[in-house]
Amino acid sequence: MFFPDADVMPELDFTPLLHGQFLDWLAAGVRLSLTLTVLALVLALPLATGVALARLAPSAPFAPLRWLATFFIEAVRNVPLLAHMLFWYFAVPELLPDGLKARLYAGNVEAAAALAALVVYTAAYMAEDIRSGLRSVPAGQWEASRALGLGFIAALRWVVLPQALRATVPPLISQTLNLWKNTSIATVVGAAELMYQAQRVESASFRGFETFALATATYLGVSLLITALGALYQHRFPARPAAH
Amino acid sequence: MSIAEMIDTYWLYVLIGQYPNGPLGGLALTVLLAALGLMLALPLGIALGVARVSGRAWLRRPVTALVYVVRGTPLLMVVFWAYFFLPAVTGHKTDQFNTMLTALVIFDAAYLAEIVRAGLQSLPPGQRLAAEALGMTRGQSLRLVLLPQALRHMLPSLVNQFASTIKETSIGTIIGLSELSFIAGQVNAQVLVQPVAVYGTLAGCYFVLCFGLSRIAQAVERRSGPRGPGVAMRAVTRSSWTDRFRAFMRGGLRNPVSSLSRRARTSQ
Repeated sequence: MFFPDADVMPELDFTPLLHGQFLDWLAAGVRLSLTLTVLALVLALPLATGVALARLAPSAPFAPLRWLATFFIEAVRNVPLLAHMLFWYFAVPELLPDGLKARLYAGNVEAAAALAALVVYTAAYMAEDIRSGLRSVPAGQWEASRALGLGFIAALRWVVLPQALRATVPPLISQTLNLWKNTSIATVVGAAELMYQAQRVESASFRGFETFALATATYLGVSLLITALGALYQHRFPARPAAH
Repeated sequence: MSIAEMIDTYWLYVLIGQYPNGPLGGLALTVLLAALGLMLALPLGIALGVARVSGRAWLRRPVTALVYVVRGTPLLMVVFWAYFFLPAVTGHKTDQFNTMLTALVIFDAAYLAEIVRAGLQSLPPGQRLAAEALGMTRGQSLRLVLLPQALRHMLPSLVNQFASTIKETSIGTIIGLSELSFIAGQVNAQVLVQPVAVYGTLAGCYFVLCFGLSRIAQAVERRSGPRGPGVAMRAVTRSSWTDRFRAFMRGGLRNPVSSLSRRARTSQ
């Protein structure tokens, strides 16, 4: 009697999704989304550091390196991730030699293309965060540590990096959050991550609301976890204005 | 099919889709969708941003929760929710354009809300106190004193947000909206042998649009002077007298309120 039009609006029922095949599909999706996030993060960080250092290189002998890094960052960031994924999925395999192409198509080419696009896209954003973190340490800090007799590595290790990290880690954590959300776009090339599996479960179970509610809760849960991690870091290592 | 033939055959299709014989599509639809989305999201974003710093907890808490939920979810998820919920709300089937537009407005409004909130919180507290001392109500001080200053600093962020929105419209491909990326897929399926050229051109189209917009944002930022009272103050105290003169002309002629507060603070 509480729902007079119960025949029009079916009651919510999560139970079909929480066991058997549907749960397996969703769990496989979560696993691939998390794997993509972690792998892309691990691969993007060194690439981003390299690009950031190339942009900070002294201009006299390294000007082409700086142009290259700037071009990479602008070219990648001004194109949507979806276009990156399509390019890596449809176009890049055509550029590879035949043997490599055959090996790629034998494996999970969808996930590989998605991973490549995520790495490049995330690295371009992280490079700018790392660069501004390194630049936030005033030149006087370098000069003072060299004057105290520290070598290049020692100055980096004991003086510059500890200060730069405080300014760099929070934006990197928020980029990781974006990376986690961006894995959903991999569905466009058919990588079987959470969004893809949610669509699959939805069309097989006809429980659209419940499926998308579960998927949303998963995305939101991991997002809040990453946000909490960022807040924790900033609480433990608050950013201090550097002395000049 | 060679690249030259391909461009010759498909350029109009990429620009406007099947229009005028069918629905508008391609690059034109991408730009239209992004512009409409941002324009509709702006008032909603301002309202949400003001609610985020409101003193009334019953208003602030649910809006804060909404902003957190939207920002913690991928745009694609918001698109699927719009796809499911809009027919339930409006009573008839919604087409892809309106689904995508609704999702973009909700998503962008949540992000704009944070820009508005940051703009309001970066204003010196003296602005609000002075407005209250002059006898303004909360609504008046917001409308006449606080928001005009906060929004002025937002202009470059808005242009950047337009570029982001253009990139976001590409998600429409997944629900079959015939925007730029979708058209590229269609062309690729018909040509078959030129995937590098097709998707390279797709990337080039987005690059020209978004890179151009980011340059415009930089120009706007330079024209409107240093952003935020704090930044302006530092620039004035640290620079030479010529810089100081230029900064005064720039800020002083346009914005008497902030230049007054700037001078008051540098003299301390």
